[in-house]
Amino acid sequence: MKFLRKTLDNLKPTFSKGGKLSFLHSTFDGIETFLFVPNRTTQKGSHIRDGIDLKRTMFTVVIALLPALLFGMWNIGYQYYNAIGQTDTHLQYFFYGLIQSLPIIIVSYGVGLGIEFAFCQIKGHPINEGFLVSGLLIPMCLPPDIPLIYVAVATAFAVIVGKEVFGGTGMNVLNPALTARVFLYFAYPGAMSGDEVWVAAKPENWTDGYSGATNLAEIYKASTGGEAFTPGVFKASAWESFMGFIPGSIGETSALMCLIGAVILIISGIGSWKIMLSTFAGGFLMGQILNMVGGNAYFDMPAYYHLIIGGFAFGAVFMATDPVSAAQTESGKWIYGLLIGILTVLIRVFNPAYPEGIMMAILLMNVFAPLIDNYVIEANIKRRLKRVTV
Amino acid sequence: MSKTIKIKRGKDIVLVGQANNEILSVTSSSTYAIKPHDFKGLVPKLNVKEGDEVKAGDCLFYDKKNPEICFTSPVSGEVAEIVRGDRRAIMEVRVLADKETNYKEFNVGGFENKSADEIKSILLESGLWPTLVQRPFGLIAKTDAEPKAIHISGFDSAPLGVDFNFSLQGEENNLQTGIRVLSKLCSGIIHLNVHKKKDHEIYKGLTGVQMNFFEGPHPSGLPGVQIHHIDPIAKGDVVWTINPQHLAFIGRLFNGGKLDLKQVISVAGSELVKPAYYSCIAGCSLETILKDNLKQDNVRVISGDVLTGTRIEKSGYLGYFDQLISVIPEGDEYEFLGWLVPSYPRPTISNSLPISKFLTKKFKVNTNLHGEERAFVVTGQYEQVLPMDILPVQLLKSILAGDLDKMEQLGIYEVIEEDMALCEFVCTSKIEVQQILSEGLELMAEEG
Repeated sequence: MKFLRKTLDNLKPTFSKGGKLSFLHSTFDGIETFLFVPNRTTQKGSHIRDGIDLKRTMFTVVIALLPALLFGMWNIGYQYYNAIGQTDTHLQYFFYGLIQSLPIIIVSYGVGLGIEFAFCQIKGHPINEGFLVSGLLIPMCLPPDIPLIYVAVATAFAVIVGKEVFGGTGMNVLNPALTARVFLYFAYPGAMSGDEVWVAAKPENWTDGYSGATNLAEIYKASTGGEAFTPGVFKASAWESFMGFIPGSIGETSALMCLIGAVILIISGIGSWKIMLSTFAGGFLMGQILNMVGGNAYFDMPAYYHLIIGGFAFGAVFMATDPVSAAQTESGKWIYGLLIGILTVLIRVFNPAYPEGIMMAILLMNVFAPLIDNYVIEANIKRRLKRVTV
Repeated sequence: MSKTIKIKRGKDIVLVGQANNEILSVTSSSTYAIKPHDFKGLVPKLNVKEGDEVKAGDCLFYDKKNPEICFTSPVSGEVAEIVRGDRRAIMEVRVLADKETNYKEFNVGGFENKSADEIKSILLESGLWPTLVQRPFGLIAKTDAEPKAIHISGFDSAPLGVDFNFSLQGEENNLQTGIRVLSKLCSGIIHLNVHKKKDHEIYKGLTGVQMNFFEGPHPSGLPGVQIHHIDPIAKGDVVWTINPQHLAFIGRLFNGGKLDLKQVISVAGSELVKPAYYSCIAGCSLETILKDNLKQDNVRVISGDVLTGTRIEKSGYLGYFDQLISVIPEGDEYEFLGWLVPSYPRPTISNSLPISKFLTKKFKVNTNLHGEERAFVVTGQYEQVLPMDILPVQLLKSILAGDLDKMEQLGIYEVIEEDMALCEFVCTSKIEVQQILSEGLELMAEEG
């Protein structure tokens, strides 16, 4: 460690103001503070500070994402071999998925961090840790055979338009990862929707009779075809959907893995359990109401299906809880989550041409989060005024 | 009606080096100092020059804006030095103490029959008026406004906090007199707030106060939090707070007719050989107390507690409002991958540091920031440690935006820096909450 410290100390002047490589100051600072927590002490105010910092916070989120990511890698392989009508070992499934998804992750991190570093350098800011999470969320919400160039373009769009133009980490209105996804969805719908993109195998290699349709596509077809709802509408059983043995985006298929992530986030206190719980509650509630209304297969689908199909669980646990773009007040978080859940189901059922409602719902609520907060603040002010007159 | 209030949100930070319940005496310090910076918003005007002889109770300087408010010498002796800082601001007025203290006599006889104005002028002349702190804004009490209530927090919930029940032993009579004096200045209720689970024997026989009981962690001991739960401050309200030691000073003045500022202070912290209570006089130099009492050299000496105190030199002087000296190690060391694998336990409210959070009971805390300053990202943290119906983040944002209306609406009248010190402590983004709030309070006090 001492050697490493010494090396850094020796290099520091080169990267500091006036040094030869001072234009890489932020980058050096990012690496140095990654390796060593700085020796900076408190100067004003409280003399002692909590042990938590943004690095640890973001790292905890990355840990929480890992179960879903690792499972997702296995599932890519599993779905691939399934599609081409072969079977292989689980290790082989995982390995295939790893090879398939790693480039996407690398591109996402590479492009995103590159832009972040450049912006920090220009603005003279320290490098924020926020992209450690966004950089992983972006690949996890994309289909497994998305062309890498799309990933690069979408990431660049998300970081620049989604985040940096607003002032960087902490200032963005929209969730950066979903900004990337929604950009691809509208810019390259062919790569982001339909039945052919959710499995890594090319359709021409599929075995006869195989369909790469997701649950959402199947229920859409059933409801537009005027079928009544039966569990048989889905190829996969509810159990398989919950476990995640279904085609879909890289990290989103398994509700179970998302729940494990949720447990990590909740126990560590990093993710808001209020948002997660209220999102699930909102989705379930709206599902129940639509059940009562009835009409087509989508209306009649039992409410719990909404929570296990598509990206509902992934969005509720990892996307909706982004503290920057979510509601910031504690009571606001309940409303925010509830509305995301309700809107997701509404979008799915009333406008099934959009295959994934949760992306739209979260982005929409991102925009409305300040408004929700505003009402909470107004309520607080009114409460205070009332207290005076009594 | 006495009230019982449970404080749920907050955090007790338990540190190594709590003072033992023994009172040590040291050779008394030779110099004493009064520091104008201990008083918020004070512009001092000198009343003495170097070389002048003063008695205990003689005015050293006064408030330029309010010349009747005197700041007096705690001991008799010679004005040794007037220490000046940037732009010749007066930092300290030092007095070299006589061996025997000569006290200035104050005419306090039959104070029970004196009018409020007479009481007031004795307090002003003796230099004890500034012990009355006015809310909103935490300034020295204005002389022309009667408070709607006076709040005395009878316990200290801060890290390494003073046990008043121990340090004020034998002061019961003075406390009682102090209360009687204050009741002359305030027709409202005098609240004495104690912690249900902490000893408060010394307060038990006191009359003329409403005793309120608090439960729960820090900041339950802060007057701001207590006022919020007992009788909140609204626009236009004036409330005074005073700490029990100062109340005893006032009592002593009116019992004996002289300014006797002897007190028992706690000197605590992990870097002390002997954390204990020490008997001393207000404004004393710490040189004799800290000499041969430090385990190492690289320490931070804080007059006050580790969340809100003022950093002073090892040979510095006890702050006017403080009965606590905290000594903790400096944290000016690099920590390899410290954010990932912390090399020692540190106080935290985050469950993501399980060893620190759940397995460590007492901390040897240092002054490291444990991270770098970042944009505000993590929400919901401040709310966990601010047991008030106040939206801390939104209040701070309104201050940053300079929005006076919003600041007022969101409750700036109810808080001073110390009330939000825990918010600063817990902040993931290491934002200087007390500094921001301080700027807001200053702006509000000027404009409002």
